[in-house]
Amino acid sequence: MTDVETARPILSMVGIVKEFPGVRALDGVDLEVVPGEVHCLLGQNGAGKSTLIKVLAGAHQPDEGTITWQGEPVRLSTPMTAMRLGIATIYQELDLVDGLSVAENIFLGHEHSAAGFTRRGHQNAEARRLLGRLGHAEIPATREVGRLSAAGKQIVSMARALSHNARLIVMDEPSAVLAHDEVDNLFRVIRDLTAAGVAVVYISHRLEEIRTVGDRVTVLKDGRTVATGLPARTTPTRDVVSLMTGRTIEYAFPPRPETGIVGDELLRVENLALAGSFHDVSFRVRAGEIVGLAGLVGAGRSEVLETVYGARRRTSGTVTLDGKNLPAGNVSAAVRAGLGLAPEERKSQALLLGEPLVRNISLASLPRFSRFGWVNRSRELTEARAVTESLEVRPPDPTRLARTLSGGNQQKVVLGRWLLGGCRLLLLDEPTRGVDVGARSEIYGLIRRLADSGVGVLLVSSEVPEVLGLADRVLVMREGAVIHEAPADDLDEHRVLDMIMEGSAA
Amino acid sequence: MSDQMSEPVASSQELAAEVTTDEQARVERAAEVAGESGPLQSVRRNEVLSAMLRNVGLVVVLILLAIIGTLTSDNFLTSDNLRNILVSSSVIGVVVVGMTFVIIGGGIDLSVGALVALASVWATTVATQDYGAAAMVACALLVGVGAGLVNGVLIAYGRLVPFIVTLAMLVSARGLAAKMADNRTQIVRVQTVIDIARKDVIGVPMLVVILAVVVAAGWVVLNRTTFGRRTFAIGGNPEAARLAGIDVRRHTASLYMLSGLCCGIAAVMLMARTTTGSSTHGNLYELDAIASVIIGGTLLSGGKGTLIGSILGVLVFQTITNIFILNNLATEVQMIAKGLIIVAAVLLQSRTTREAKT
Repeated sequence: MTDVETARPILSMVGIVKEFPGVRALDGVDLEVVPGEVHCLLGQNGAGKSTLIKVLAGAHQPDEGTITWQGEPVRLSTPMTAMRLGIATIYQELDLVDGLSVAENIFLGHEHSAAGFTRRGHQNAEARRLLGRLGHAEIPATREVGRLSAAGKQIVSMARALSHNARLIVMDEPSAVLAHDEVDNLFRVIRDLTAAGVAVVYISHRLEEIRTVGDRVTVLKDGRTVATGLPARTTPTRDVVSLMTGRTIEYAFPPRPETGIVGDELLRVENLALAGSFHDVSFRVRAGEIVGLAGLVGAGRSEVLETVYGARRRTSGTVTLDGKNLPAGNVSAAVRAGLGLAPEERKSQALLLGEPLVRNISLASLPRFSRFGWVNRSRELTEARAVTESLEVRPPDPTRLARTLSGGNQQKVVLGRWLLGGCRLLLLDEPTRGVDVGARSEIYGLIRRLADSGVGVLLVSSEVPEVLGLADRVLVMREGAVIHEAPADDLDEHRVLDMIMEGSAA
Repeated sequence: MSDQMSEPVASSQELAAEVTTDEQARVERAAEVAGESGPLQSVRRNEVLSAMLRNVGLVVVLILLAIIGTLTSDNFLTSDNLRNILVSSSVIGVVVVGMTFVIIGGGIDLSVGALVALASVWATTVATQDYGAAAMVACALLVGVGAGLVNGVLIAYGRLVPFIVTLAMLVSARGLAAKMADNRTQIVRVQTVIDIARKDVIGVPMLVVILAVVVAAGWVVLNRTTFGRRTFAIGGNPEAARLAGIDVRRHTASLYMLSGLCCGIAAVMLMARTTTGSSTHGNLYELDAIASVIIGGTLLSGGKGTLIGSILGVLVFQTITNIFILNNLATEVQMIAKGLIIVAAVLLQSRTTREAKT
């Protein structure tokens, strides 16, 4: 380990600003990394971590700010530029080609070749050397990458970074896909790298990991650096969490009904399990109630939602709506029974982007407008128009194509689809992802209005304030299990973050 | 190499999508100005207009071909010859209707030609012919639907790739047809069947009437029913369709059965026209059908397309063939021309839509 206080920084980013339409993702970020350190980047979802690393990888261009690399100001105009300078990024979704061999993946884009022919022997030997340097000489250079474990693939990604002579490696939640002993292995590799003078920017939500492997911590909140250079091992958890919480932008959450939730039990989930994802999950949702699932990505929240819906086939347990059992792995039956899902990836999982809104809205309830399969198009359009008007979709014209709408309005269309179908239990997965700040409160108001009309809502969100502000009752999930359940009023952001990051129900 | 080839195609499709949106906005404005802002009116106008835009390129090609035909041969613009073009379009036209459904639904059916052959052989076996015309027709349709069911089940429930499954069906159905026919052409002896190709309905050949009925029925199902709606949905975004509660697998299987049914109908028409059942019937129909659908503006990736465009595609091909025959040109040259016309029509189409924007 180098003396981080005196060493000259290899990278320094000052006042980085990056704006996207409707949202200022980075609003003055500073980051300084010295050679040989593991610099941890902390922040809640939406704090700007992913945008920052994309700027660093050359995938996004900052609107303002300066980047200094080894003492020289640089412009990272393309990912290749960053790579050439020695900045390598290992994304969560590893960008490897499954069908190619380990060595071919490592040298993808900069193959060792002579007269256009790849020098396979030479390349394999070099790959073996790099894998050996990472302490994983046991991975055969000729093996197909698709046949490696997640941990193995990660090592290959790192070897690729080394093959570019990377001086700085950015790792985005590398432990999320790894088992316990594999994480230890990863740490050993990281220590070897830093001992050789390579700097690592390490992103993780797990505080215990940061304490184990990190040297210094930079905390981001709402696109700003709120603290930098904190010692990773000695800063108290309380302080770190405090820095991460407390939004500067306050959203207006709609008021909860004054009478409390008085509806009858609607959904009952008992001992639900999905192998490899979550186990023994039980909860109820009453009519008119909003139940929130809080937890980190990978804690099993979305999987619970999709299993209740039948999009994934449960391993065991029961799901009943109004006392009637829902068959496992059958979405059609769930929809007929009155369930509706607004999935996480709106564009790829919910919308027909090239079709007009009316067809998107009526998709799940076509039989309502049809007689013997014949669609009554004027009724379909009238009712779709009623939906777009009541949900204040802008523009409210149902003949417009779905792709032309903003994220918030697209989400309203998805909600409208279920509203029209007479949905009784709505499952919402990250309902405000990709929705700009202005439209968020509107979506929140809409969800509460639906609940007030007697619809039960099960909500998943990575943003703890959103779950606490919107839900009546909150289930906290960690590593595939519900570890805490309480009325939202009894919880605060600080406590929930503590629980999902460290597992203490205190 | 293939990557480089596919890029311009993708971008022109994107462009077409943009143009459509723009065009719709314009139509809406126009409708507002004209004071007809009735909701139904605007949707209809949008649909009709964008479909028309897509088909403009083909109509232009047809007109050009008609001019070329008239200039190069005195026999082109005669009622007998136009009748010929329509009759020769009828069999493949019916196959194209089924193919359009399959492709819009995100699949492909390479087995259509082989299914036409198998259905024609099965329906002309001695045993079947003994029971008369109705039995022959029923047999052809059943064979088509049955083979389509096999395709559909393997693709939808067996989760196999449509290209592979229908390729396997192509090979084995032709093999089975050859075996059943013992490599001999079977003669149709039932006059009622032969009459299908000989009779007119108020001056229009029966075969053309059958095509018209199939196209009309297909158009209604595709554009006016829940079945059609869901076909577009599962082709455009299968995951979204599944999560909206649509039984994507059952629907996919039924699309291949529909294609098989169309092959059965086509087999009956072909038996009538040729008075034979043969394992070589419908040779290369799959390629003609797919080419017609593609130049008709249907996306090979699914989710977008029109039946009218596909039928225009068939007419373009048959008109070219007709002109070549009238001018006594060799079939080899014909094939080259067909290839060129596929490229030209697709290019012209994206051109037309691009120009509409400016």
